[in-house]
Amino acid sequence: MGETTLQINGRQYQFAADKETPLLTVLRELLDLTGSKYGCGEGQCGSCTVLIDGKARRSCMVPVWAAAGKQITTIEGLAKGEQLHPVQQAFLEEGAMQCAFCTSGMIMSAVSLLNATRNPSEVEIQTAMQGNICRCGTYPRIVAAIRKAATLLQGAQS
Amino acid sequence: MTPKPKMPFTIEPERYELTAPASYVFQSDRREFFKFLGAGLFIATAFSKAEASQESGAARRNPEDSLPQEISAWLHIGEDGTVTVFTGKVEVGQNIRTSLTQAVAEELKAPVQSIRLVMGDTQLVPFDMGTFGSRTTPIMNLQLRRVSSAARDVLLAMAAKQWNVDPARLHAEDGMIADPQTKRSLSYAQLVKGQQIAQVVPAEDPLILPTEWTIAGKALPKIDGRDFVTGKHRYPSDQQLPEMLYGKVVRPRAFNATLVSADTTEAEKLPGVIVVRDGNFLGVAAPSSATAEKAASLLRAEWKAEPQPSSKELFEYLKQNQLPRGERNDNSRFESGNVDTVLASATRQLQQTYNVNYIAHAPLEPRAALAQWSEDHLTVWTGTQRPFGVRSELATAFHLSEEKVHVMMPDTGSGYGGKHSGECAIEAARLARAAKRPVKVVWTREEEFTWAYFRPAGVIDVRSAVGGDGKITAWEFHNYNSGAAGIRTYYEVPNQRIEFHPVNSPLRQGSYRGLAATANHFAREVHMDEIAYSLKMDPLEFRINNLKEERLRAVFAEGAKKFGWAATKPANHGFGVAGGFEKLGYVATFVEVAISRSSGDIKIRRIFTAFDCGAIVNPDGLRNQVIGANIMGIGGALFEAVEFENGRVLNNLFSKYRVPRFSDIPPLDALLIDRKDQPPVGAGEAPIVGVAPAISNAIFDATGIRLRSLPLAPLLVPHGLRLS
Repeated sequence: MGETTLQINGRQYQFAADKETPLLTVLRELLDLTGSKYGCGEGQCGSCTVLIDGKARRSCMVPVWAAAGKQITTIEGLAKGEQLHPVQQAFLEEGAMQCAFCTSGMIMSAVSLLNATRNPSEVEIQTAMQGNICRCGTYPRIVAAIRKAATLLQGAQS
Repeated sequence: MTPKPKMPFTIEPERYELTAPASYVFQSDRREFFKFLGAGLFIATAFSKAEASQESGAARRNPEDSLPQEISAWLHIGEDGTVTVFTGKVEVGQNIRTSLTQAVAEELKAPVQSIRLVMGDTQLVPFDMGTFGSRTTPIMNLQLRRVSSAARDVLLAMAAKQWNVDPARLHAEDGMIADPQTKRSLSYAQLVKGQQIAQVVPAEDPLILPTEWTIAGKALPKIDGRDFVTGKHRYPSDQQLPEMLYGKVVRPRAFNATLVSADTTEAEKLPGVIVVRDGNFLGVAAPSSATAEKAASLLRAEWKAEPQPSSKELFEYLKQNQLPRGERNDNSRFESGNVDTVLASATRQLQQTYNVNYIAHAPLEPRAALAQWSEDHLTVWTGTQRPFGVRSELATAFHLSEEKVHVMMPDTGSGYGGKHSGECAIEAARLARAAKRPVKVVWTREEEFTWAYFRPAGVIDVRSAVGGDGKITAWEFHNYNSGAAGIRTYYEVPNQRIEFHPVNSPLRQGSYRGLAATANHFAREVHMDEIAYSLKMDPLEFRINNLKEERLRAVFAEGAKKFGWAATKPANHGFGVAGGFEKLGYVATFVEVAISRSSGDIKIRRIFTAFDCGAIVNPDGLRNQVIGANIMGIGGALFEAVEFENGRVLNNLFSKYRVPRFSDIPPLDALLIDRKDQPPVGAGEAPIVGVAPAISNAIFDATGIRLRSLPLAPLLVPHGLRLS
């Protein structure tokens, strides 16, 4: 079990863990970053989604060695102080959650999509979000929130 | 002793849900409350006699406090004006933390921001049977409105006394009592400052009428929504304590297995690992989840299990394994008129069988519990819809009195009726007792798909007769195993026999969203469609022709108008309708499908729901629940089924068990009928019941193929069709 260093939410974390430990386990057990959720452990539900170098990744499927040296963002690191990220703001405004256990993963997947595609089409949203399950069935509102976030982001950039 | 949970679900989920509460004891006297909450005003409402036997409330322990024996609700107003309200109902995504807050704000005339709900903490809240059966809104909402209304009256009286005026001329608004004549006002905080007043008042109406609501009846965003979009909220699986260990239970390869032997030597060599073997329980606790997994994998356990049925032979099995009549609930049979005579002589009759498979709740947060012992006191944080039920299970499992068990329920990652039981809490507590340290157990997805319980499968035989005028004359309905919820028909039929036949279920089964109402509505509403088509009558007209209930007629008629039922369909499109009455709500579901003749693809084009659940408390939360129930219904209607073989679940992962995803969702809309003249009732369950039959009926309309078994998608394949 060696020392590993990870860059998470702009901070440097050092800890001892087996190199094959899933990133999700490290986040939740060692670093007390519990916003990323365990939902399946096989990369099928998206609850554990984080950004690695700006792209959505299922942290339950990423061994810790593969995350080293990269910029990791979790749901805890998305807001700038008190100011929510536009995707977080849009989820709140659209009421795009019920039990909200999927919400952090949904938000991270949506941020990744909007990082790559400023104004995604319906099909692009569906494709990007297909790996995230909301068992409460909040899908239509999540799509609406992503649309709203796209508008908010464009407003912020123009 | 046996640490494994009792399994109260094996026979009949409805009977289980209606279990009367034991006589529980209110654990904290009011001095403890003031210690916990600080000075202020503490108001409790007593049940009316008629309600005293209902599901919530608790007796007080301390006789010198001379309170009435049955308390339905309590709240506290602190010196800073914070209102703390206590309820045994829990938040699993149905957004009752928000809707109940609105109810309190409305009656107490206090700002929403000043109100805090303590939910599902067995040490602090009045006894409650659990959060299921869509009972929060009709029952808890009412109780909290009453205690809030009573508290407002006490505040009015306090101000009147201070000013030496008649309370009738005073006015409560926005956390203040004002005297319009003198223009004086006092905030609730000022009124209760330095006080330690505890009062028990009768729970009396009148309450503020829905037509006069200013806070309830309007959209209010999810309370603490910000904590959920920032990842700050701690679900049960996120709970941590210093020195905490991670627990892992070793499961047999089949249901109902007995542990024959276990070699624990290798596992116990790992540093910090504790192994517990107790009866059929075998588990480990370790400083990390990785170590716990490794230790569990090193345990050499031998289990013995009998051969068990498989899902391939499920429906024959259910018909052949009914429980003997003596073991049945008499309420499960209903008869009127003379159904046999009418069926024997009827010229137009129809007989069909409908099947539904076992399905899994698959809440996105699996079962999780953190347990901590302090001498013989046990504290557990867990995600459950029945904190008091779990307290009982823990007390039984560990031979404790219930006062020594404290269950807390952080807002949880959903349940859908699937989290009534306390097995995970018992497992964590058993390991924690051995480890003498706190232990957290979080089930894996495989465990959740296997060792939780399932929505019952069922076989339903329906036989009916109809007159030339399109009026049903006889209705015989036999449900094998899936349950009695929603079994009675709301159509007017003079001759009926309706019976639920409990079965020795091959899988552990229990509650679900809408319970057996999904199965019973599926059979009834598809059968209604079959009769209508046999008469060449419009299926909607046929239903209304056999209905008296005004509110059900209204959702059918209003929904049809909005959906455009009478409009001309495009070629290769089909319309389907189904409706029902469930958990006091009236629902009609309309579906349009389209079929591509060239590819054989069937697509659901849209789903429209008309719903009446009385006066609407929070239209935004309600819409979320209605659309959510529709989407969950799509899963059970189209593709969800638990496959099992010889005591094992075969599709125990999301990669094998398909649940609705983004691409499965058609446009959905709902007409929410706000009946301000009717009391508000629950909404989480009823909107699911019409989805499956309406889809099946729409597919028939488009293709002429009648699908009588859930899920529907596999039945299309032999016809060269598939859902896209």
